[in-house]
Amino acid sequence: MSNKHWKLDTDNNNVAWLTLDQADTGTNVLSSEVMQELHNRLNELEAQKPLALIIKSAKKSGFIAGADISMFETFDTPEQAYEMVRNGQGIMDQIENLPFPTVAQINGFALGGGLELALACDYRVMTDSSKAVLGFPEVKLGLCPGFGGTVRATQLIGVTAAMDMMLTGRNIRPKAAKRMGLVTQIVPARHLDKAAEMIALKPPIKKARSLKFKAMDSLPSRKVLAKVLRKQVAKKAKKSHYPAPYRMIDLWEEFGGDPQTMYKEEARAISELMVTDTSRSLVRVFGLQNKLKAGGKSKHKFEHVHVIGAGVMGGDIAAWCAYRGMTVSLQDREYKYIAPALERAQKLFVKKTRSAQKASYVMDRIIPDVNGDCVGQADVVIEAIYENPEAKRALYASLEPKMKAGAVLATNTSSIKLEDISHELSDPNRLIGLHFFNPVALMPLVEVIGTDTTNKLDLEKGMAFTRKIDRLPLACKSSPGFVVNRVLTPYMNEAFFIANEGVPLIEIDKAATDFGMPMGPIELADTVGLDVAGHVGKILADAYGIEMPDGLEEMLEKKHLGKKTGQGFYTYDKKGKPHKPKAENYTAPADLAERMVYQYLNEAVAVLRDGVVTDPESLDAGMIFGTGFAPFRGGPIHYIRSTGANNIVAKLKEFENKYGARFKPDAGWDAFITTGENSNNTESE
Amino acid sequence: MSKRNAYNDRPVYVIDGARTPFLKARGKPGLFSASELAVNAGRTLLARQPFSPEDLDEVVIGCAMPSPDEPNIGRLIALRLGCGDETPGYTVMRNCASAMQAVDNAAKDIALGRADLMLAGGTEAMSRAPVLFNDDMVNFLGDLARARKPMDKLKVFSKFRPGHLKPVIGIMKGLTDPLVDLNMGQTCEVIAHKFDITRREMDEYSVRSHLRLANAVDEGYMDEIVPLFHKGKVLGEDDGMRRDSNADKLGTIKPFFDRKVGKVTAANSSQITDGSALLLLASEDAVKKYNLKPLGRLVDTEWAGLNAAEMGLGPVYATTPLLQRNNLSLADIDYWELNEAFAGQVLACQAAWEDDEFCQKELGLDKALGSIDPEKINIDGGAVSLGHPVGATGARLSLHALNVLKRKDQKLAIATLCIGGGLGGAMLLERV
Repeated sequence: MSNKHWKLDTDNNNVAWLTLDQADTGTNVLSSEVMQELHNRLNELEAQKPLALIIKSAKKSGFIAGADISMFETFDTPEQAYEMVRNGQGIMDQIENLPFPTVAQINGFALGGGLELALACDYRVMTDSSKAVLGFPEVKLGLCPGFGGTVRATQLIGVTAAMDMMLTGRNIRPKAAKRMGLVTQIVPARHLDKAAEMIALKPPIKKARSLKFKAMDSLPSRKVLAKVLRKQVAKKAKKSHYPAPYRMIDLWEEFGGDPQTMYKEEARAISELMVTDTSRSLVRVFGLQNKLKAGGKSKHKFEHVHVIGAGVMGGDIAAWCAYRGMTVSLQDREYKYIAPALERAQKLFVKKTRSAQKASYVMDRIIPDVNGDCVGQADVVIEAIYENPEAKRALYASLEPKMKAGAVLATNTSSIKLEDISHELSDPNRLIGLHFFNPVALMPLVEVIGTDTTNKLDLEKGMAFTRKIDRLPLACKSSPGFVVNRVLTPYMNEAFFIANEGVPLIEIDKAATDFGMPMGPIELADTVGLDVAGHVGKILADAYGIEMPDGLEEMLEKKHLGKKTGQGFYTYDKKGKPHKPKAENYTAPADLAERMVYQYLNEAVAVLRDGVVTDPESLDAGMIFGTGFAPFRGGPIHYIRSTGANNIVAKLKEFENKYGARFKPDAGWDAFITTGENSNNTESE
Repeated sequence: MSKRNAYNDRPVYVIDGARTPFLKARGKPGLFSASELAVNAGRTLLARQPFSPEDLDEVVIGCAMPSPDEPNIGRLIALRLGCGDETPGYTVMRNCASAMQAVDNAAKDIALGRADLMLAGGTEAMSRAPVLFNDDMVNFLGDLARARKPMDKLKVFSKFRPGHLKPVIGIMKGLTDPLVDLNMGQTCEVIAHKFDITRREMDEYSVRSHLRLANAVDEGYMDEIVPLFHKGKVLGEDDGMRRDSNADKLGTIKPFFDRKVGKVTAANSSQITDGSALLLLASEDAVKKYNLKPLGRLVDTEWAGLNAAEMGLGPVYATTPLLQRNNLSLADIDYWELNEAFAGQVLACQAAWEDDEFCQKELGLDKALGSIDPEKINIDGGAVSLGHPVGATGARLSLHALNVLKRKDQKLAIATLCIGGGLGGAMLLERV
């Protein structure tokens, strides 16, 4: 097992080069094996006493992606985790205490434990590639750094910058990293070896910590700053939902003046966080994300996308594809319908590239195409016209002869079954659904829709294309509402029912956000558009008998469509900010959240029973990335398991008696209760 | 005149073309850079072809005043159009004929057998022509950079004068002949005087240019235009057009170049505009390979030199030998696109061909060459009404001439223009 992952060479100058090339993977992570072998190598180096040590990665993808997440799940108690963490800290200390200069050579990402290893070195040289990033993503898994990062980062770049990195988990690009003092030097990738060698042979004198940093470490300023930080964090996350950022602030406030104690307390903090439900759920979500990504692994050539319909969805899909490097032709009846989409695209690109010039280069890739001249060049044709089966069928009839062999024909329909629009195609099994969500640039999920007879290859291409444009594909069976809209609708309907009962809107939304939803259902409906919500609601009412609340029709008649018309449930100002009337001296009923969320869960169980998705994990992933279902709860099915299906069904029955038949538990629950799992569906995979 | 023959070895076809609307410069940098203009026209033009941009052998772009951040704009445009690393590109500068020169260069490469498929044309963002520091200011900044000690710096500062801040307007320099020290408008005054063109004639010609353009727009004849987009709006028309133009009103405008006493005004001159026009040229082989449907054939091209003070007569000097070489008379040409640099200059060219003495003395003819039927020249307006983005105009003239031939079901056209510095260029085009 020794020398499996780390390669140690010593050059003519007596500089040691320690290269991590973790076996059997494309990405280095700090697994227990990798850590143990590192420890052995450091022992050798202590004896060998080279002039200097350079630590680098042999992987093209980057330096080290962090700790081995799969390890976390093996710990049942904080004590087990604590031992592992302290052990790792010891190895970092060993690097720091080597009696010769050490240089970390960062050729791409250095994240979490990878960054902490780099911080334990005396110097860091980094590629200036725009893809390279440094960061502490631990908070996104409900954790804090554990290999001394909270101490070393604060020491090196000051508490403000370090806390910002650790609390947000955001990535730092090379130029910013240099400016912050996080790295010693940035150079083009071709000079990394040379730069590391120069530093190793002639180590620059390290600057003493600035007075400002030192002053910030004093107890009084820690107290003040901790208060400010807590306030900032509170705007983003509730302590009961996401304890990790609060724990990091506490850690620094209490022990920021005493590094040795802080290391121990850091280990204690991460160990305790690691066994919380939040962290377990977030680690699970991370795994679900990778599962979705793996769905689009097959390799196909996608260079040109043709989008028909330059409305909100079509236009934004076109813009996103162009941003992700595709050549895009955007078709609509007249140029005037394309112009607004181009304006939105321009704004998106300026925001994303932070440069009008670069944005203009991305714009070069969008070809306004009123005549449909580009259909024949497209690898993927996406139809995003209005929801009318006849119009879609007529369009496909004109498209199919023009399309090149092997090109994918996809519809972005949110409510029409593929079978209803594909049957006139010469190959009815070629049509797939690529259902994007609004706003396309922010919503990572795409439902990839097929029927039982849809060509496997076309579906596979749809999944791969979705990955190619950096979205997460969720394979769904063609059925009304697919997954996301179907599960969301009863939940939003319930919010309307509650509103009809006279509960103030703001209280309804608050109940949902308190549960952990990113946005309340009332505001969500306004944002989606009440016409869209109403349209989907009606289709689901017809298909599944999902009961629609009163009052929506009248709002639609009055053109109160939500945010886009300035008036929905809420009134919106010119900037699109809702005016939410306060509810003074009002105590909301205690069951609001349960009423809405249990509708959501009930429909999720129904979706699983219908086999719209292949397995419960996919469903959880879809609902988290498609609707933002509280990630710290790990997804609806995970939530059902942790709460207990029996409890939820009992509550549904209680609600059925109290509020009506719409709460009748779905037949799918039976399988859940008896086996703890929806066995029918897991088998079908 | 020598018996040069342009492209006879291998025929050169014009497959298709497109241009942006020409947008009038309004005293501020325009909405689009020169490369953006060309990319907007080019990507739509290329999108409707049965080959990919990467199949082009080369991209040749005329541009008379590229901005400092668009070096070798021809290559930049090729890359932005997705022609790939392996398609070379370069930039051509021949003042007002830059695009015509680019097309000629591309055509020559096809005729020589060095290329089969070329994108050629021009682009210009005149509104973005550079504004420069004058020499005094540049010297001042140089001295300041060299001064190290505070006292030295102070000494340099003490020499600063407000006159240092007087900018050099790039576009004024570009439109002035450095040798004869006349700006382009003044050269028109010279030839208008020579052929006794009146102010009223110029203004009436200008009104006609606007009305002809308006008619062409209304009839849908301007489908060569690919629109531009800005802030959710479609910019689909040449925006310098005045539907309400009339000669009496134009008569009240003051002369711009020869102040007070001259005849040439801003209104009877071409408009300073931003725009781009591009043509796709192909060899016979490429036509067959991709099954292309040519718009026409580029038969022959002629370039001529003349007294820079009379540069506006350039079309006369270039066209005459072109006709002679191809055994054609003025009347054989079905339609003309003679660039309207100035209304007076278009009229002077026609007057020159009608003048026995001029034709004998300057063109070596026995007598006057003849007249051009006013219904055959610039029938959809010209640079006076739709603008003259100098580097792009040459390609627009050829493209529109071919489109007119197609519409009228006629055979031969000439696209010709005068060029600052005392040059003329002319292209003979044939519908196939």
